[in-house]
Amino acid sequence: MAVIERELTQPAQHPERESPSHHESGHLPPEYRDHHQSVRIFGFWLFLATDMLLFACLFATYLVLKTHTDGGPAARDLFDVPGFSAETLILLTSSFTGGLATLAMRRGHQKQVLGWLVATMALGLCFLGLEVKEFATDVSAGATMQRSAFLSAFFTLVGTHGAHVSYGILWMFMVLLQVARRGITAVTARKVFIVNLYWHFLDVVWVFIFTVVYLFGVVM
Amino acid sequence: MLEALRNFADTYLMWHEGPLIWGSDALILLTVIGIVAVLTYFKKWGWLWREWLTTVDHKKIGIMYMIAALLMLFRGGVDAELMRTQLAFPGNHFLDAEHYNQIFTTHGTIMILFMAMPFIFALFNIVVPLQIGARDVAFPFLNAVSFWLFFFGALLFNISFVFGGSPDAGWVSYPPLSELEFDPGPGENYYLLGIQISGIGSIATGINFLATILKMRAPGMTLMRMPLFTWSVLAASIMIIFAFPALTVALALLLLDRIAGTHFFTMLHGGNPTMFVNLFWIWGHPEVYIVVLPAFGAFSEIVATFSRKRIFGYGSMVSSLMLISIISYFVWVHHFFTMGAGPDVNTFFAIASMAVAIPTGVKVFNWLFTMFQGRIRLSLPMLWAIAFVPCFAIGGATGVMLAVAPADYQYHNSYFLIAHFHQTLIGGVVFGMLAGMYYWWPKMFGFKLDERLGRWAFWFFNAGFYVCFMPQYALGFMGMQRRMYVYPADLGWGPLNLVSTIGAYLMGIGFLFIVAQVVYSIRHGERDLTGDPWDGRTLEWSLPSPVPHYNFAAIPTVTDRDMWWVLKNEGRTEDLQPKSADLKPIHMPKNSGAPFLIGVSFFVAGFGFVFNWWLPAVAGLCGVAACLAWRSFQYDDEYSVPVEEVMATEISLGRL
Ligand code: HEM
Ligand SMILES: [Cu+2]
Repeated sequence: MAVIERELTQPAQHPERESPSHHESGHLPPEYRDHHQSVRIFGFWLFLATDMLLFACLFATYLVLKTHTDGGPAARDLFDVPGFSAETLILLTSSFTGGLATLAMRRGHQKQVLGWLVATMALGLCFLGLEVKEFATDVSAGATMQRSAFLSAFFTLVGTHGAHVSYGILWMFMVLLQVARRGITAVTARKVFIVNLYWHFLDVVWVFIFTVVYLFGVVM
Repeated sequence: MLEALRNFADTYLMWHEGPLIWGSDALILLTVIGIVAVLTYFKKWGWLWREWLTTVDHKKIGIMYMIAALLMLFRGGVDAELMRTQLAFPGNHFLDAEHYNQIFTTHGTIMILFMAMPFIFALFNIVVPLQIGARDVAFPFLNAVSFWLFFFGALLFNISFVFGGSPDAGWVSYPPLSELEFDPGPGENYYLLGIQISGIGSIATGINFLATILKMRAPGMTLMRMPLFTWSVLAASIMIIFAFPALTVALALLLLDRIAGTHFFTMLHGGNPTMFVNLFWIWGHPEVYIVVLPAFGAFSEIVATFSRKRIFGYGSMVSSLMLISIISYFVWVHHFFTMGAGPDVNTFFAIASMAVAIPTGVKVFNWLFTMFQGRIRLSLPMLWAIAFVPCFAIGGATGVMLAVAPADYQYHNSYFLIAHFHQTLIGGVVFGMLAGMYYWWPKMFGFKLDERLGRWAFWFFNAGFYVCFMPQYALGFMGMQRRMYVYPADLGWGPLNLVSTIGAYLMGIGFLFIVAQVVYSIRHGERDLTGDPWDGRTLEWSLPSPVPHYNFAAIPTVTDRDMWWVLKNEGRTEDLQPKSADLKPIHMPKNSGAPFLIGVSFFVAGFGFVFNWWLPAVAGLCGVAACLAWRSFQYDDEYSVPVEEVMATEISLGRL
């Protein structure tokens, strides 16, 4: 039945193509109304599961190698409390503005979506700037990723997160262009939704990095 | 100039190594010229691009996976024959140590990652959408990306042989041996990048099929009405999603060690090699179940069909699949009991490993009970399924022996282990994939594979299997270790090794019979005009063979497990025939060249990383990014098949 029959480019509701499971589609948020888009959201959750496991493995490696400093700088010597607190604050705020973009999308306010996406990207860029600065300071102090197993694990874990954030900003930019051009349709609604899902996910990962790497690093 | 060329040839093409390399170069060159010439002569380039390289049709992607898997089975098989030739006699010098190392590494890697994986993906693609009454997978574009990542990953791995040198640290590539310090040269980089690229594709396939099975089923197809093959794909997909990220990380970190100078697994500066070993097997053990569960699924379909009975204990089949997929995450340490994790850890993993035998045993008994009092037909798929049972039972029993941690200190890394895992991988995976290939071949191509030649292949392969691997259990007990390239005469291992090599040749002959069988059957194979050559039970057999590109003209409504069988028995098969009044335009995904280009870009990037050549590396990554960006802006990716076309197709198939 309507399992595959759908039209990508059209807005969500199409009464004649409703399958039984779509009866209450009027109550569903716009990104879920079209069956095909909701399958994509489901697929994206599965992707996030794999990405979460990828980070889990990096965390495990970090925890194993944390004390392997080989006489070089340890966590306590490196981490700068105001620096990583600022990074955390900024990224958490960006998650909030990203959430506002999703809300605006659900209410159908195109302009607001654009505004909140821009704010989110700007905050993301600030976060990245701070992170690059932190890495540059570490490296200039001789704490390079080649120095010890601990530093290899630290830079790889935090750097992988940073690479995800960079990718997220580029992606968000492309979604922004599409919302600007096409307004809020079934497809762009889904795109706004999942790019924000991704962004929140990175925020969650960061909360773990903040606790496991930075907080434990300076306290213990 | 000449000097520079010579230098290049010696460093990268390894021409100083002699005739083996020259011969391979010539062969590869001739094959490429041959393919190009044929395509040009018959003006088939456009056809190749439109019908295959850009296709997003799951059936065609499945066929490409299968062809690739068979080619890789050949390559891995040649590697195996070379090794067995070297080991046939004590003190033999057919291969030297370095070549032997390379060959067991490429053999193991290719067989698991580039033969078994694409073979299961071939069946995923060909069978699952048809069994659940869908027109395609959930994400057809991503499906094509997966295939091309696999393809170019495998290509990258394979060219190492003639460009730069093969990897030689074993298929598990343990550091510190695989670190730059002990293993310079591009070989290990090829291994890391080839697997990494195809591994990303595998993760995408896992996501794709889990979403397909959970979200794309025809109305009425509840989970507990799903055919068991689809269930096995569901279990395997979940395992792929949970296991492969560990491999991704293990490979990436080792690559960083090798090209960025980090110290994750090195001996210096605090590195910890055992971390790699753990990450590798956290993926590695589930991996062997990822490849064997779909084989179990295929056997379940085949045993039911050829016994003309409902599968015995459907519910217990489903729950044992799920149990296996869970337990197999808690057994990985059995690959290195001897590493010294301590008795408590080893005990836990020993017991968990033995526990896997329970759900597996349940499945074996269910297959046997399905056959019990069935009206059995011994067609090729069923022959392989029956041969699987004793083979896998012995392999499982020796596995339980290996799981006894204290005893494993004796068996570990001996030929006992080699015999055990070949028995499960060949008896389980290869038998299962061949059975599945024979079973679904008519669905793919519209004709059956010749039974007579198939029987020759079957008997050579099976007899050869036991002749090859049974002596190896004994050799293991006699103290022969794996990865030995030569052994002295006075240890008394000579006779059994010779027997084993003879068995390997018999299996090789079996493979040649399969090739002959395919070639012969293209012309002379029995045509499948009904779409239901085996008197099947599930939805795919309600469709014509080969299946039209949109699969189902009208999506069926499912009311029963074994839907097609029930309808046949009740004489209601026309329930599944499309009615012209119900036909609607069908929306299908458009072909796209982007997946292929993404594969090419990954290949270029991977190649750059192998040699630390940053220009191709960056160019390749930019290519990937460009393709993804292009895809993001592509909205018009579907087209509609008009009712008239569907009607015309169905009429020409005699279904309307
Ligand atoms: C045609 C039948 C086959 C023969 C005769 C054969 C033979 C061999 C031999 C001689 C070795 C090397 C043993 C050593 O020196 O340590 C080996 C290793 C191996 N084989 Fe096979 N093999 C066959 C099929 C397969 C298949 C179908 C698979 C997997 C699906 C497979 C997976 C492996 C693996 C993983 C290794 C270990 C490689 C390593 O030590 O790194 N083999 N095989
Ligand atoms: Cu295992």
